[in-house]
Amino acid sequence: MAKVSNEELLQQLTAKLGDVFTNEGEPFGLLTIETCRDNIIQLLTVLKNDLNFIHLTDITAVHYPEKEKQFAVVYHVHDLAGGVRIRVKVALATEDVHIPTAVNIWDGANWMERETYDYFGILFDGHPDLRRILNVDDMTAFPMRKEYPLEDPNRIDKKDYFFGR
Amino acid sequence: MQNHPVFTDNDPQNETSTLNLGPTHPATHGVFQNVLELDGERIVSGVSTIGYIHRAFEKIAEHRPFYQITPLTDRLNYCSSPINNMGWHMTVEKLLGIQLPKRVDYLRVIIMELARISDHIVCNGVLGVDTGAFTGFLYMMQWREHIYEIYEEICGSRLTTNIGRIGGFERNFNDIAFAKIKSFLTGFPPVLKEFEALFTRNRIFVDRTKDVAAVTAEDALSYSWSGPLLRAAGVDYDVRAQEPYSSYQDFDFEVPVGSNGDVYNRFLVRNEEMWQSLRMIQQAMDMIAKEDSSIFHANVPEFYLPPKEEVYNNMEALIYHFKIVMGEIDTPTTEVYHSVEGANGELGFYLVNDGGRSPYRLHFRRPSFINYQMYAPMSRGMLLSDAIINMSSLNVIAGELDA
Repeated sequence: MAKVSNEELLQQLTAKLGDVFTNEGEPFGLLTIETCRDNIIQLLTVLKNDLNFIHLTDITAVHYPEKEKQFAVVYHVHDLAGGVRIRVKVALATEDVHIPTAVNIWDGANWMERETYDYFGILFDGHPDLRRILNVDDMTAFPMRKEYPLEDPNRIDKKDYFFGR
Repeated sequence: MQNHPVFTDNDPQNETSTLNLGPTHPATHGVFQNVLELDGERIVSGVSTIGYIHRAFEKIAEHRPFYQITPLTDRLNYCSSPINNMGWHMTVEKLLGIQLPKRVDYLRVIIMELARISDHIVCNGVLGVDTGAFTGFLYMMQWREHIYEIYEEICGSRLTTNIGRIGGFERNFNDIAFAKIKSFLTGFPPVLKEFEALFTRNRIFVDRTKDVAAVTAEDALSYSWSGPLLRAAGVDYDVRAQEPYSSYQDFDFEVPVGSNGDVYNRFLVRNEEMWQSLRMIQQAMDMIAKEDSSIFHANVPEFYLPPKEEVYNNMEALIYHFKIVMGEIDTPTTEVYHSVEGANGELGFYLVNDGGRSPYRLHFRRPSFINYQMYAPMSRGMLLSDAIINMSSLNVIAGELDA
């Protein structure tokens, strides 16, 4: 079976969904589309049920402090039989980081979303158990946000004068 | 479980007991905590807590140049670090558009398949220990030691290998390394055969593992499983076969597939993968013999750190060394996802680059993290002793779980 090309995939998606997403190019052959959070569940459902993208590879997020909508939630979905991947992005504003959960589509989304919440504070609405997963429960910050420093800025034990410099 | 008829609702016989399995329990082979509700020996429910060795690699990676991120990847799945290292190198090479000479690809295949064998040796050996047979584990462990000696010959270190560089290897394989690989290829198959003879039809082992923790293909896919676990459930997805990286398309190998995803199937799939890895290493050795033996990296001076003696004696090398270390070289502003078939499944690197010397964002798709989340739900109704074996055969590596 020949691989479905990205153009065919876009056509199929448009035929199913209409105009709910924008094409963001295909870096290194991986088709990237962007949609809004109202349509993400519908889009993922169509991808899984109608277009055979049965494997949710990954959910994560990226923080772009200079953009108007600072957060991008990124889904990587994979059609195992056809060997085609697609990347779906949803941009979210800082003051409103809600997005519906994908747990009802894939059970595996559970921890991926918890990790994304833990790192970025993205709130997945409808998630059964949205708690921190890797960091301690009483942490208040979201460490993967760009404004969070890698090391404690108040720390003085690494200052140069302790090393005679 | 049915309640005993003579007991009332608040009778102690109807109470469940809470058991903290982990975080440091010898049967869990790592820092995994599961708080289990037990009814006798049967698990009623469980909650997994992870993150005990979270080291914030993704945050650290945003502050490091590309070539300094390799040591971080060592510490993901530390039972097969070379696969992580190569996966990272290939991600950056994909980003930068570097084409590798065939010999480098084949050398990488040798290293990656050795790493896969060493990982499966540990997993299947430990599975034997958990079912009560220590011999196989110790017998196989000796051969993992031989693999570590090969690493040592190539890169100088054993566990956290930091093997290879962006664009190839830091040095050529020496003759001793090739001799050790050859002796591994002749010495290991009889041992693996004996190991299989110890377990595959062993009555105790089969009784303990067959139909334990069986997983349907639907569940495995819904939980985003990959690697030997997904294949044991009957889905023939292998990154090496479907999206061949590093010249896997030149190799002749089979993807073993199980049927019902139980512990026994996982054991068989891993064993067969070791045979296939041996086949691939042999093929790679044959193909390398036809290549120019002096090539061990691509000719990309703007990304590949020059050897030190060149830096001290050659102006161009000095300039490139300075530019690489100081981050003066432009990289494309784009994003790349690259995945390799790790020993536990699809190990993915999602790299968002803004043109600088370090990633804007780097996310590891860690198979152990994703495979492990089914553990608590699938343990429901299972015997505690079966749950231990199940964890062992999931082969969750704490470093990869927590990143």
